[in-house]
Amino acid sequence: MTYNINNKGYYGEFGGAYIPEMLYPNVEELRQNYLKVMAEPEFQEEFNALLKDYVGRPSPLYFAKRLSVKYNTKIYLKREDLNHTGAHKINNTVGQILMAKRLGKNRIIAETGAGQHGVATATVCALMGLECIVYMGEIDIARQAPNVARMKMLGATVIPALSGSRTLKDATNEAIRDWINNPVDTHYIIGSVVGPHPYPDMVARFQAIVSEEIQWQLKEKEGTTKPDYVVACVGGGSNAAGAFYHFLEDTEVKLIAVEAAGKGVHSGESAATSILGKEGIIHGSKTLLMQTPDGQITEPYSISAGLDYPGVGPMHAHLYKSGRAEFVAITDDDAMTAGLELCKMEGIIPAIESSHALAVFEHKKFKSSDIVVVSLSGRGDKDLETYIQHFGL
Amino acid sequence: MNRINKKLKEDKKLLSIYFTAGYPDINDTVGIIESLEKNGVDMIEIGLPFSDPLADGPTIQASSTKALKNGMTTEVLFDQLKDVRKTVSIPLLIMGYFNPILQYGVEAFCKKCAEVGIDGLIIPDLPVDVYNEQYKSIFERHGIINVFLITPQTSEERIRFIDSISKGFIYMVSSASVTGSNSGFGDVQTDYFERIYQMKLKNPQVIGFGISDYKSFSQATQYAKGAIIGSAFVKHLTTKGSDDTQHFISSLLQPQE
Repeated sequence: MTYNINNKGYYGEFGGAYIPEMLYPNVEELRQNYLKVMAEPEFQEEFNALLKDYVGRPSPLYFAKRLSVKYNTKIYLKREDLNHTGAHKINNTVGQILMAKRLGKNRIIAETGAGQHGVATATVCALMGLECIVYMGEIDIARQAPNVARMKMLGATVIPALSGSRTLKDATNEAIRDWINNPVDTHYIIGSVVGPHPYPDMVARFQAIVSEEIQWQLKEKEGTTKPDYVVACVGGGSNAAGAFYHFLEDTEVKLIAVEAAGKGVHSGESAATSILGKEGIIHGSKTLLMQTPDGQITEPYSISAGLDYPGVGPMHAHLYKSGRAEFVAITDDDAMTAGLELCKMEGIIPAIESSHALAVFEHKKFKSSDIVVVSLSGRGDKDLETYIQHFGL
Repeated sequence: MNRINKKLKEDKKLLSIYFTAGYPDINDTVGIIESLEKNGVDMIEIGLPFSDPLADGPTIQASSTKALKNGMTTEVLFDQLKDVRKTVSIPLLIMGYFNPILQYGVEAFCKKCAEVGIDGLIIPDLPVDVYNEQYKSIFERHGIINVFLITPQTSEERIRFIDSISKGFIYMVSSASVTGSNSGFGDVQTDYFERIYQMKLKNPQVIGFGISDYKSFSQATQYAKGAIIGSAFVKHLTTKGSDDTQHFISSLLQPQE
């Protein structure tokens, strides 16, 4: 069995491009070109130079000594939080902006939930001098004011998504509608490994730098390229896709995907898509998604805006269904506790998304000899308000 | 012969109307269908509401949200339609997104359509190749016509391919847009209409998106067999309710003062 994408754009039974005909020329143009463009030496050179000098890569692989002592196992943190703009999201936007330029597009659209992907997109658009329009749910705009301000400072236009539940799902719908309305000059920078083929694969490839670095960094520190476990949180799944990418086919490396259980998997307020979801179509992809028996997409809930998505990328749906990755659901409370623990024990304030991954150590016992790499996908600056409220700081 | 094919053979320009099932009120569906036929409409697309209608503008989005709030489901719609063929003889299609149909089961859905007298389906996010490889035989077994869309950006080669697998009509999206955008067609659209007309496709074309009044309807049907009006009618239902379709339909068929 392979865990990578096949030549028809599917991971096992998941993926594909379930799009209206209006989007066909755009998506087809991308499908025909993305591998070719990414393989060009000049593209590689430009991408790698920007990752190094602009994003600040490689991001450190940090041995978390005190945490390792506490949980009696070897814990390494992959420090995506130290990237420019504060999360792994920028790896993908740098790649896609270069792709957009190669395809001759001069107008960029994006969706954003918490605003991290919106900021990362606005950043690269400023870098390249391209027009940037970010769709963001009206409710998210209200609760993520600092990121809205950042996007505006970076020159982006933020358009509120007023339809449906007015959150990430609806922002994505609005971005797709914009692309239908602007089929020639516009590139849609999707922020996760979701959407129609080739997006899940393209975004995974741009994020794959994370696991590529883990391999050689671990070789330096531990004399092996193989951790025993790689742990990452999953909303749409881009940071997990990056952290897992080079280990997908090596089943000696165990993969753990951490989803947001919200107030409890069966509380009715959860975003644990693999457990609560059923096969269906969301945003152009066949995958697992939370829906009513009648096929209407339902609203997820998580304290973390970045995990608050009713679907999951098709790669992860396949990893779940095939049993290649273990899926763990972590509640709001457990994630917040794990986040605060990292602050106190390692002096690192993590994004609440990443705190979900850190909570795996209370959930699961590892051997003392195990090497466990956790993707610390983002920093917690954006979440201070939530931390303050949660702990009454 | 399928009612759609029979209707397409008639020597007239076809007026087709879209509305969202269960809107404005849950039990309006059949009454609206009956009054549309009575007032001279040739074909009806019954919208199966979806929570995330990607190809639709604000008007149809809002009607879908309301219809779902009203309690519309696939099951309810089929129940409402079970006796529709006792009173209605024009072609009826269901237009809906793929996920609700997938959850119902594509085979079960087609079977139920055949039972209640639905003649065709329009599923914007079911791609042509997936239909061809996985679902074509199911549709054909139940005598359901699947209608494909083309747009101004669709390549000639792809249009020829879509024409080769179509069995009823081709749904020509008038311009690069979601539903309910500005009406009135400029040179870009009429050039596109002319280009398609000159391709002499084997399937008749019906133009939709951006048609809202007598003028745009007449323009579109200069080049095509018919035209579909959706958002403008849904807007009419929103402001005037479901009892006044006569006025709306007659305004489409005759020039207004």
